Amino acid sequence: MTDVANTSLLKEVKPKSSRDDWTMRGFMLMIGAYLLIALAFPLYIMLSKSFESKDGVFIGIDNYIKYFSTPALFNSIENSVIISVVTMVITVTLAFIYAYALTRSCMRFKGFFKIMAMIPILVPSLLPGIGLIYMFGKQGYMKWLLFGETIYGPLGIVIAEVFFTFPHALLIIMTALAISDARLYEAATVLRAPKWKIFLTVTLPGARYGLISAAFVVFTLVITDFGVPKVIGGQYNVLAVDIYKQVIGQQNFSMGAVVSVVLLIPAIFAFYIDRQVQKKQVSQLSARAVPYEPKPDRSFDTWMMSYSSLIVLIIVTILATCQFAALVKFWPYNLSLGLQHYNFDLMDGGGWDSYYNSIQLALWTAAVGTSIVFTGAYMVEKGRGFGAGRTAFQFLAMMPMAVPGMVLGLSYIFFFNNPDNPFNFIYGTMAILVVSTVTHFYTVAHLTAMTALKQMDKEFESVSQSLQQPFYKMFLKVTVPVCTPAILEIAIYLFVNAMTTVSAVVFIYSYHTQLASVAVLNMDDAGDIAPAAAMGMMIFYTNAGARILHTVVSKVLVNKTQAWRQR
Amino acid sequence: MSANTVGTETGRTPYLTTSNLTKMFGDFTALSDISLEIFEGEFVCFLGPSGCGKTTLLRAIAGLDIQTFGEVTQGGKDVSNLPPSERDFGIVFQSYALFPNLTIRKNIAYGLENRKLPKADIQKRVTELLELVGLISQGNKYPAQLSGGQQQRIALARAIATNPGLLLLDEPLSALDAKVRTHLRHEIKELQRTLGVTTVMVTHDQEEALTMADRIVVMNDGVIEQVGTPLDIYRNPASAFVADFIGTMNFIPGKANGSAVLQMGEVNLDCDPANIRETGDIMVAFRPENLLVQEGDKKLPNSFEAEVKYMEFMGAFFRVDLVSKQANGKAHIKGDFSINMVRRTGVQIGDTITVSIPQDRVSVFPGVN
Repeated sequence: MTDVANTSLLKEVKPKSSRDDWTMRGFMLMIGAYLLIALAFPLYIMLSKSFESKDGVFIGIDNYIKYFSTPALFNSIENSVIISVVTMVITVTLAFIYAYALTRSCMRFKGFFKIMAMIPILVPSLLPGIGLIYMFGKQGYMKWLLFGETIYGPLGIVIAEVFFTFPHALLIIMTALAISDARLYEAATVLRAPKWKIFLTVTLPGARYGLISAAFVVFTLVITDFGVPKVIGGQYNVLAVDIYKQVIGQQNFSMGAVVSVVLLIPAIFAFYIDRQVQKKQVSQLSARAVPYEPKPDRSFDTWMMSYSSLIVLIIVTILATCQFAALVKFWPYNLSLGLQHYNFDLMDGGGWDSYYNSIQLALWTAAVGTSIVFTGAYMVEKGRGFGAGRTAFQFLAMMPMAVPGMVLGLSYIFFFNNPDNPFNFIYGTMAILVVSTVTHFYTVAHLTAMTALKQMDKEFESVSQSLQQPFYKMFLKVTVPVCTPAILEIAIYLFVNAMTTVSAVVFIYSYHTQLASVAVLNMDDAGDIAPAAAMGMMIFYTNAGARILHTVVSKVLVNKTQAWRQR
Repeated sequence: MSANTVGTETGRTPYLTTSNLTKMFGDFTALSDISLEIFEGEFVCFLGPSGCGKTTLLRAIAGLDIQTFGEVTQGGKDVSNLPPSERDFGIVFQSYALFPNLTIRKNIAYGLENRKLPKADIQKRVTELLELVGLISQGNKYPAQLSGGQQQRIALARAIATNPGLLLLDEPLSALDAKVRTHLRHEIKELQRTLGVTTVMVTHDQEEALTMADRIVVMNDGVIEQVGTPLDIYRNPASAFVADFIGTMNFIPGKANGSAVLQMGEVNLDCDPANIRETGDIMVAFRPENLLVQEGDKKLPNSFEAEVKYMEFMGAFFRVDLVSKQANGKAHIKGDFSINMVRRTGVQIGDTITVSIPQDRVSVFPGVN
């Protein structure tokens, strides 16, 4: 053998890239370019706008100085943080007990309780606010419960936000509780630990990452939410509504940009912590763990079932109230039923067209978004070489999660409404709404795709290459069929969110592209609360229908394409 | 042509070579200066503990993770920087990597498509391959409906479907049960002999390597420790690492003074001078199965007394733990005693017996200080 020392003199081998490598990089670059144009550039422009005067002159940090010397503005920071933290504590506690009932008790009808708890995901966040107004507002039928307190303000915001964030927290905590290791419980029982001690030393530590993650997700959702405080916040100012007021109310775009930057900071912070926690959770469960099976316990199961029923009752009551209010002629004086509030064409907000536009938007978002997201995830996960590009892509794909919808929407005004921008032509069309919605919900969809792709043997591609087959054959014949459940999951996620989102689209819809969720907002603004409730419920029924269709289609497709899963 | 090929053979051009191959992961050197020659039709095993670089070497040969420095040639062609799709090999992984949503037939046919072959020819070839691996009745099932051993045979059929010049096996048997493994080991070897395809297999299982390979490449810490036939490597390990990694070996401290006699404590051992490559403080090495027990009065050469500390019943034999005050009071010596011998002599724990090491079974390695 020759001298080892001369390796430094050797020429490094430069791997030759195959045609497939180039094609895959091409796809990745295209989708990366999409994310740059739909996310990074607009955000950058917005950031620079926050340093400009109304007339577009650079004025340094003057806007920020003005912001922090106006109590009416900077007080919102405190308000937003308080609301978010309070909601976080309440939601996580309630969701934890509910998740505990679903995973650790033997109560009956678990399937029913699981489905019912997911309902809030299907409605725009404006809707619980409207429901609460009918229940506890000036003419609310349960007003007496508040003992003179007003629902318009922090109280109403927190209740509605808890409703809105509950399913998100529940999903995360349930996953954390579901992966516990039965052997730890057996060991603790054999060591004669009392139940409360097992709970404190095994259950809670096992679920801790899930709890932390849920807490930060709730925090982010609340601090960036615009619908709830807009409807029920009264005089209580929060950051997300401030942006709206600055932009729509005062046409002060620079100040809107400043508030956006302020709102970005806690959102990015929460996002960062959550990612750190998620990384740790992966390695928590060993492959040998035995799933925990709860044992029947009469009184415990009864308690858990009562609790879960109470939560479901609250959720249903809020929605039923909205539906009832949408049907009665004149709340609370004439409670006879009629469909007059469904004459949307007579109100502000775009009428029935806005509803059809929403469905169009949701379908486009699901179709375009799923293709982009899944293809992008495949290229970044299974491509060879080009490490720097793949890391950059991952970063871009994770970014949308940290960007509040309002901020994204505002930055689109700055970026796409500029006549010098070659993409200016999409401004005011359905296309920009699709772009905005796909981008806003990109991260969760991307993570779903990544999880599914990571579960596939990473040697599939190696085998395919060794057999000299093109990558698209692998992609179309194996990857896509195997990932069908995840792909459908992404599609329904994008559909539902496109139907409900207000924040990502409220700044950029045009006269011809009014949307149902925005119609709810505008009708509520104009005092047409009953029609607003009616439209909100239309969104709910549409989403519920889509969910059911998704379940059926999944079942059929799974039976057809996933026959191999059965042994 | 294949079975007797050994590295020392000259005058033939090797089919696959690596020269001065080095692979770095950041600052970590996973492979350092690997030069190898593999001949056509040979079955070569890369053997070593986990992390020794054997899989890295295989992946470099395949082009899946291309080396940092150095060359790979195959069939006289420089393939150093080519992507896998431009090389000529079939590969089988530990995980089988069968496409789960395709039937067995479609899995095997996968590599035959897009080659301008008529459909009927593809089907004929698939049937032929299914017969070859003895799974003709399973063609329309999905991979998950087959046992692990069956799946691995399908993966093998898929890998050889296109008649590649080189077959790469990455721990193909490690995920299987012991019984299936032994069986499949034999089958793969048979198949390889029939096809005459040049094969490189990575394994950490010495038994697999010893039974299957024409030549074994023993690796450790990213370097090659020894290349040789199984018998050669077992009989004449080139380093203490190889001696220890393959089979079981006793290492007892001793001294060599340049003569043919070694000192192991108070014991003098006659030894083949050819085996003594060191002087001074050395390690005397011998395998447990070569330790003889003196029965009756006839004194054996190279003998000394030892006390039986423990006897471990291994089924076919006893592994006996011995301590000899004469040889070295602190060192434990392992000996393998046959069931028959133990019954004959009635040896049991606590006995002091006389044992001996045949002169030609002693090796010497540098001492550890």
